Amino acid sequence: MSNDILVFVEQRDGKIKKASFEALTLGRELASGRGALQAVVVGGSVSGLAPEIAKYGAEKIYTVEADKLAAYSGHGWSEAVAAAVSESSPAVVLFAHTAMGKDLAPRVAALRGTGLVTDATSIVFEGEEIEVTKPVYAGKAYKKVRAAGSPFCVTVRPNSHPAEEAAGAGEVVPIGGPEGDLRDFVQEILAGSGDRIPLQEASVVVSGGRGMKDPEHWKLVEDLAAAFGPGVAAVGASRAVVDAGWRPHSEQVGQTGKVVSPTLYIALGISGAIQHLAGMSTAKYIVAVNKDPEAPIFKVANYGIVGDVFEVVPALTEAVKAAVG
Amino acid sequence: MEILALVKRVPATDSKIKVAGDGKSIDPQGIEFVLNPYDEFAVEQALKTKEALGGTVTVLTVGGPESQKELRTCLAMGADKAVLMKHEGPELDAHALATVLAAKIEELHPDLVFCGRQAVDTDDAQVGQRLAALLGWSCLSDAGTFELSDGSWTGTRDIEGGKESVKGSLPAVITCNKGLNEPRYPNLKGIMMAKKKPLEECEVQGAENKETLVALTPPPARPEPAILGEGPEAVAVLMDKLKNEAKVL
Repeated sequence: MSNDILVFVEQRDGKIKKASFEALTLGRELASGRGALQAVVVGGSVSGLAPEIAKYGAEKIYTVEADKLAAYSGHGWSEAVAAAVSESSPAVVLFAHTAMGKDLAPRVAALRGTGLVTDATSIVFEGEEIEVTKPVYAGKAYKKVRAAGSPFCVTVRPNSHPAEEAAGAGEVVPIGGPEGDLRDFVQEILAGSGDRIPLQEASVVVSGGRGMKDPEHWKLVEDLAAAFGPGVAAVGASRAVVDAGWRPHSEQVGQTGKVVSPTLYIALGISGAIQHLAGMSTAKYIVAVNKDPEAPIFKVANYGIVGDVFEVVPALTEAVKAAVG
Repeated sequence: MEILALVKRVPATDSKIKVAGDGKSIDPQGIEFVLNPYDEFAVEQALKTKEALGGTVTVLTVGGPESQKELRTCLAMGADKAVLMKHEGPELDAHALATVLAAKIEELHPDLVFCGRQAVDTDDAQVGQRLAALLGWSCLSDAGTFELSDGSWTGTRDIEGGKESVKGSLPAVITCNKGLNEPRYPNLKGIMMAKKKPLEECEVQGAENKETLVALTPPPARPEPAILGEGPEAVAVLMDKLKNEAKVL
């Protein structure tokens, strides 16, 4: 075992995820003064991505390239990453806590017989041991654990650690891919609504609840999100409106939906049931608009406006449009 | 077809969570424990699969004797039998759980394992994928749709900004997301029948954690909340705060 940190770099169609740059940055900071930052990237043809990965401080980049690995396969990619873990023998393996990272990391951890903490918000060395903090009970409590044995795997919550460049040597080390047939693989990506930024990656999230009264009024929520400019804000929904069939489950924010940590969270007509608060209370700033001054959402909102969403939201949309220009 | 559904007893999602005096566990006072909401989708999918193709549905949990209640709920929904792997004391981590479950699954040799996307207490979301890797099976995480045909399966799952369609072979582990199906409610007949269905118990052995719990703490406190005003007139105050205090615009 070394004191190196290995980071899995997630790419689809040659495009590296922002959350992977965040994980690389965190990995570089953890490796500083102890060992080297290493990376592993898997796909059909990925060695061309090395310069981009090196920009974030990777000294060594393991590449696993094979035609059959061109599309994501939890089985194939986990064997590839597990092989890189054996090669690199790091102290810690980091993944971004994305749809892919969530599927991949537990498989890699099982193949290597290691511990794994998912959705971590903090990772530090305490002497020689690594200490990881993660929300449990959907953020109603936080758990701090110490790794018993190494390597230890961690998936890092997106938006919890800003990405920062710092050049590394970026030596490319190709390693062989898995043999045999793949037990599972992605056949097709069914794209969602075009240019919209994913909920968990957005720096601004605008969510609507029952107070929007009717699914036809959802345009108010979407217009406010759009006012922040292209690719900035995502639209979320409370459980009540998802259960009522107004919005798809993929937009639900809360304990049985998605947990988001944007810089700014705007809750429109959401009362703030404990289930919902669990999914958004790590947002840096929370704005709430609700007609009931006693609504629990106002207990967590940095800035609350008591009022009718149908009067306040259009005014807010115009003001944001003017400010963003 | 032999179908296994993995379930867990967890605090209801509307529970207030308080850290107990030991700083390592939660205070169970006033908490209602229920079947993990995502596991309802797993049990429902297991039952639907059995109804379409025949076979047996077994539900399995690792926990204390109180978990019998959640197993009986699954039996009342229509599962044929239940297994309680008894474990009390410090919680097993995902590594330990997957290790003991993989051994049990090799003994039960089902064709399909369904489990919830994650348990809403630990929020680990690991055991299903770990099992697939340990057993050498295929896996679909966070299934939003799932279909079986001729020894293989296809399904879809949410990814950032869209969905992906996945194909795999059997046997498989499927972790179930909300929206996969509409879980049935146990009816009176089901509840009566559940009392007579077999519930087998065995001991968890040789489980070893890879993580050591240091502390459980309340979430970091949020800054003091403030109501800026009423109606559209308050928008100007809000914009000033967003620009000059929060600096997010």
